[in-house]
Amino acid sequence: MRRAELIMAAVMAAFSLYLMWKSAELPIGWIPGEGPGGGAFPFWLAVGMLVCCVLIIVRWFRRADEPARSEDPYMDRHTMVLFAIVAGSLTVTIGLIEVVGVYIAIPLFLAFYMRVMGRHRWIITGSIAAFTPVTLFFFFEIALKITLPKGVTEPLFYPLYSMFL
Amino acid sequence: MEIFAHLMDGFLLAFEPLNLGLVIAGVILGMFIGAMPGLGSVNGVAILLPMTYLVPPTSAVIFLGAIYYGAMYGGAISSIMLGIPGASTAVATTFDGRPMALKGEADRALVAAATASFVGGSISVVLFTLFAPPLAHVALAFSAPEEFALMLLAFATFVGLGGDDIPKTFFSIFIGLVFSAVGLDIISGEPRLIFMDLPGFFHGINFLVLAIGIYGIGEMLWTIETTKGNMKISQANITVRRIWEALVSLKSGIKTMVMGSFLGYFVGILPAAGATPGALMAYGVAKGMSKDPDSFGKGNVNGVLAPESANNAASTGSMLPMLTLGIPGSPTTAILLGGMVIWGLDPGPMLFVEHKEFVWGLIASLYAANFFAVLINLAFIPAFLWVLRMPFTILAPVIFVLCIIGGYAPTQDMHDVWLMLIFGIVGYLMRKLDYPMAPAVLAIVLGPLAETSMRQSLLMSSGSFDIFFFRPISGVIMVIAIILLILPMLHSFNRMMRHRASRWPL
Repeated sequence: MRRAELIMAAVMAAFSLYLMWKSAELPIGWIPGEGPGGGAFPFWLAVGMLVCCVLIIVRWFRRADEPARSEDPYMDRHTMVLFAIVAGSLTVTIGLIEVVGVYIAIPLFLAFYMRVMGRHRWIITGSIAAFTPVTLFFFFEIALKITLPKGVTEPLFYPLYSMFL
Repeated sequence: MEIFAHLMDGFLLAFEPLNLGLVIAGVILGMFIGAMPGLGSVNGVAILLPMTYLVPPTSAVIFLGAIYYGAMYGGAISSIMLGIPGASTAVATTFDGRPMALKGEADRALVAAATASFVGGSISVVLFTLFAPPLAHVALAFSAPEEFALMLLAFATFVGLGGDDIPKTFFSIFIGLVFSAVGLDIISGEPRLIFMDLPGFFHGINFLVLAIGIYGIGEMLWTIETTKGNMKISQANITVRRIWEALVSLKSGIKTMVMGSFLGYFVGILPAAGATPGALMAYGVAKGMSKDPDSFGKGNVNGVLAPESANNAASTGSMLPMLTLGIPGSPTTAILLGGMVIWGLDPGPMLFVEHKEFVWGLIASLYAANFFAVLINLAFIPAFLWVLRMPFTILAPVIFVLCIIGGYAPTQDMHDVWLMLIFGIVGYLMRKLDYPMAPAVLAIVLGPLAETSMRQSLLMSSGSFDIFFFRPISGVIMVIAIILLILPMLHSFNRMMRHRASRWPL
């Protein structure tokens, strides 16, 4: 926990510096007749972020707050595995959406999660994995007219479009 | 009497079949969301907001309002039955609700929670009806400096009442505001903070991307971690007779409920504070008022009545500044406010002039939601207990799917889905280190408004910050905000000095 606290504060301090540098691409000073420049607002806020990070780091050295004192692990092994599986499968799913579209990636994700994490029977897993994309299609594509990303599977939907839209 | 006429018009709108159906559906859905461990009103509203594009804006706000309300009722269910707060707003309900359930009084606790919620909701809706029009009238005179002062007050409330770590709260506010500045500069129109020159940043960071990331993905990760152990559901023995007996026995708690309602309502009105501090404060006051404070925490029914009446009252209270001033009273109303901006219902006093029917329709729908919520809650307690038994490994992936689609729908850009995932994961990792996340969400919603009002004010005063202090209304608000900002700092400074003194005695 103690190490994580320092790393997070350091990473966020670096991010604040990046934000300050990025804001300074626009004028951050006072423009006569126009008021503060476009970069001023984010620039000074990023300075604020940096100050907070510095305070958190100073406090860390003094062990003045809870996470800086805590010797508990930031994530125990079990949590780490769970976190890795969930975050990893979400990343893969969103990546897959870019390639093969929502209607393949999402059933795969649901099936994976329910089978691997939940050890549910195939009948439950299968019916939820099949039912969800159908609902999504009718709710978003038909009712809301929001086209969801389909990647390479787009041509498969032409007959459905002509049927419902 | 004018108010009464408006309210009647509002009821006509609220009782249109579509709207009434949405109120009932919203209340039921809200109760389920509230009852699920880890999900509360703010998660429900964030994840479901993109789904409401299906209905007209007025109905969408009514629906989301009903979810907000229902979730306040539902939150108590898992607090009592599982000992895990269904939502942060119901944390205080676990203190006595759980011991009651363990003593075999789960049904009494559930009935007490529902009744208190109803009392809190009813008292606050009446107060809301009386307060809203005059406040909106006063607010019509506000201009840029007052608006900025109010927003500062909203952030100050987080620092002063949030109870979280001070530098981390500030950090959360700042980062939310910086994210709100991404996109095109509002005054010069120049591109600003286009990270890595990705075109997806030109349209800015939609507040929903951050809200769904944090309250959807991040919250689920958090819940997966905290509930990985086995959850133990208490048994509830529910019959009509027992419900009736429990209702009758609540007579002695009327004073507590009325206190909780008023306290909750006024804490709710404070910008940004919301229902969680309201409920915790009401619990504390109820304990202080009690002749037998030692019984609190061991299953005193007043320990359920106070926070439950307060959190419902606060949820109504927090809509008051949202509608009249355009400043959200809680994280949930911050998301609602962002939604209203998308729908072209610009929150603020002009709403009472330009969209009268919407405002009164919403108020009337709160009366309706409160009425249906108590009936549905009492009638379907067994159904909600069934939800608690639903395996989380089915619920979680479905919610993740809703998050992905919800992140995509508003802008229809995969860039936002990736961003949402990053926010969710980083938000979760930060939350583990006690960084509060709600201020960031509030900040990204208020950011554009805060920047505009600040820059306009500074233009009016040609760069002098005096303008915020030398106008009567904004001056008073600024002073309150600054006191709220300084108090906790003094407090922590004090503690630090004492800490140091204890380490190096003179």
